[in-house]
Amino acid sequence: MTKKVLIVDDEPNIVISLEFLMKKEGFEVSVVGDGEAALEKIAQFSPDLVLLDVMMPRRSGYEVCQQIRANPAWAGIRVVMLTAKGREAEMAKGIAMGADAYMTKPFSTKALVAQVRQLLGP
Amino acid sequence: MNRKLKLALSLAGLYLLLAVLFGALVLVLWMDMREPERDAVLAIMENRYVLAILIILLAWAVLGFIVQGLYEAYVRAPLSLREQALVMVEANPGLRLQEIGASEIRTLAHVVNALAEQREALQRDVEAKIREAKASIEEEKNRLAALMSELTQSVVVCNLDGRILLYNNRARLQFRALGDGGTAGGAGPLIGLGRSIFGLLERGLITHALENIQHRLKRSGSQPVANFVTTTRAGQLLRAQMAAVLSSGGEEVPGGAPAPRGEGERQITGYVLMLDNITRNFETETRRDQMLESLTEGTRAPLASVRAAVETLANYPDMEAEQRDRFVSIIGEEVRKLSHHVDRTMTEYADAMKTRWPLEEMLGADLVGAGQRRIEAKVGIRTKTQEIDSGLWIKVDSFSLLQGLNYLSTRLHEEFAIREVRFRLARDGNLAHLDLMWAGSPMGVETMHAWEEEPMNLGGETSLLTLRDVMDRHGGEIWYQYDKPQQSAFFRLLLPSAMPQEEMAADVLLRSDSRPEYYDFDLFQRREQRSDLDDVPLTELTFTVFDTETTGLEPSAGDEIIQFGAVRIVNGRLLRSESFEQLVDPQRRLKPESIPIHGITDAMVRGQPTIHKVLPAFAEFCADTVLVAHNAAFDMRFLQMKEEPLGIRFDHPVLDTLLLSAVIHPNQESHKLEAIAERLGINVIGRHTALGDAIVTGEVFLKMLPLLTQQGIQTLRQAREAAEKTYYARVKY
Repeated sequence: MTKKVLIVDDEPNIVISLEFLMKKEGFEVSVVGDGEAALEKIAQFSPDLVLLDVMMPRRSGYEVCQQIRANPAWAGIRVVMLTAKGREAEMAKGIAMGADAYMTKPFSTKALVAQVRQLLGP
Repeated sequence: MNRKLKLALSLAGLYLLLAVLFGALVLVLWMDMREPERDAVLAIMENRYVLAILIILLAWAVLGFIVQGLYEAYVRAPLSLREQALVMVEANPGLRLQEIGASEIRTLAHVVNALAEQREALQRDVEAKIREAKASIEEEKNRLAALMSELTQSVVVCNLDGRILLYNNRARLQFRALGDGGTAGGAGPLIGLGRSIFGLLERGLITHALENIQHRLKRSGSQPVANFVTTTRAGQLLRAQMAAVLSSGGEEVPGGAPAPRGEGERQITGYVLMLDNITRNFETETRRDQMLESLTEGTRAPLASVRAAVETLANYPDMEAEQRDRFVSIIGEEVRKLSHHVDRTMTEYADAMKTRWPLEEMLGADLVGAGQRRIEAKVGIRTKTQEIDSGLWIKVDSFSLLQGLNYLSTRLHEEFAIREVRFRLARDGNLAHLDLMWAGSPMGVETMHAWEEEPMNLGGETSLLTLRDVMDRHGGEIWYQYDKPQQSAFFRLLLPSAMPQEEMAADVLLRSDSRPEYYDFDLFQRREQRSDLDDVPLTELTFTVFDTETTGLEPSAGDEIIQFGAVRIVNGRLLRSESFEQLVDPQRRLKPESIPIHGITDAMVRGQPTIHKVLPAFAEFCADTVLVAHNAAFDMRFLQMKEEPLGIRFDHPVLDTLLLSAVIHPNQESHKLEAIAERLGINVIGRHTALGDAIVTGEVFLKMLPLLTQQGIQTLRQAREAAEKTYYARVKY
């Protein structure tokens, strides 16, 4: 069964690359542009993994991540946080919110793909 | 009145006595006479009763005049002389008795005057000795005061109760308020001797810092300091450093109340606060942080897009053309965004990116002046100025910059035999042009570059710096330019300009020739003021002596206050430098006939703050003090008229120098301010401005205090009760 990846980011230019990469990896991909929409999409699309930007309008990535972890039905969802905030304190917060991985922009696409593969591994 | 009654009573008694004696004589004679003798007397008297009565009345009148004359000469004159003599003893040793009354009394007055002369001479002698002894102490105090006033840091010294014992000019500027030459922006907290520091800084911060110091003092015994940052009511950011003032060795603090003890014998008697206004530094720091953030965090997102796109392109060379074009356009777009972002950051935060070399702010014209003096002295060529922007402030490291100018002039002189240089200074946006100009043929461009890079050689001593280093230090630039039509060449130095600094208050220095009274170490001994002022000795109270100028005499008929003047008396000292002087716009035209009295014109009051702003500021100035005014009832009526509309209460205790004068000298005719001042030996200058009158009133009041003490009036309550009993009070109220 194909794994499903949800991309949540408000920067269309990064979304294009992410979408392309994830599709090349053979995942089923869906894209939303803000935190509010992300939560709705998760409920209906039930992704296996979410690529989650931190700085977004309406709800921040931190909040979305916390919501995901608060819902037992979504316990299996993997979360990779992508962020332009590179300080240690912020990374610690992301992990504390329940992210499985935390990648600071600009990241290497190879590393990202490897990270996603590892998290969704057989 | 009392006096006249006394005279009348004693005259009446005299007449009664005479009548009784005369009656007794007549009775005795009558009894002794025989019948025919009686008839004869009656016959003689028969037609002469009227004459006899007339003679008796005449005798009485003559007697009355004689008694009155004697009274004037022997009773009233000594009474008046006694008052004058008491003034001489207590307040004005320069006063001499009038030679009035009978000749014996005149002689007595003469002798007393001679004695007074001797006493004064002696006193002068003693005073001269004391002055001499005091001079050295005074000199040291002045040195301290001068040092304090020169400091660019605000310094405030307080005792443990938080009362201010010393502050310097910078601190005064820091906390400037309305009525003190401050902006009309409303009443700020006030700095002043004997005032509480807690009006200026938060009480909790200070007690916390003091506790910290005490703890550290117990542990280590060294002299610890505490730091804190706080904001003023005006929103300024202050960094404060607190150091404790310790008593010297085991001696007890005068005043005796228990002060917190350290482990050793030394105890804290007060503290010194050094305040730095870091608002501007803080803003610069904040902007620098913002810029850093914008340059790091702000570039991550676009970089991420570019990197992802580039890596995708590289890793998937066989993607469709359409897809490839999308990635290429993403890269283009994001890179343009990045460039734009960097550009914007550079312009927006240009000021925050300046070098961190400590630059001082100075008036450009001052720098040019210093440069001229140096070049003339060291290089020996003429200097001139041309078009100097006199209001331009620049940020410089003046030492190295002057070296640079000196170096350039030296090389010009040595290599091109230039005998005169000129300076030009102009503003250019956020920058300043400082041009060093000379007349002559153009020099090679390489020459300038060589000069820029060589270590500066100044009359034998070589500096480690090059001209380039000096300019880098300023974040500035230097270049050579030739102005063909003018046939003149110049070096242009591009320097950062600065915001104009506040001129150090010249008005403060002008206000009095003497050293400003910014300190009073006697306050170290003072304890918290008692709340019930009534039983506090007058000498320990803090007074606000004030006067107002008004449009007329009838506040109820719409007359308004147009000027306030007030000074403070703390610890028996009149503090001229802590004064309140403010014109008020009455929002109506002044009566032409009143203008000669107060000398205030319509033009002077127009645009001044209205009573709505000034009265709250005045109320704050005189908070917790006793009000003193001459004919206070008049001024208080004006103040009380405004209480309700402005929601301010003037329920301070009030003392009136007019009434107090009547208490002290009930037998003097005039209790006008001038008359009292003359009687008490006070020079009157600058009267009929509100502040001038307030100062005279204050001096009069201080002279009255010992005279009141002599009458047993020592507390506020006694002074008020005595004043209420005077004749004047009964007439007025």
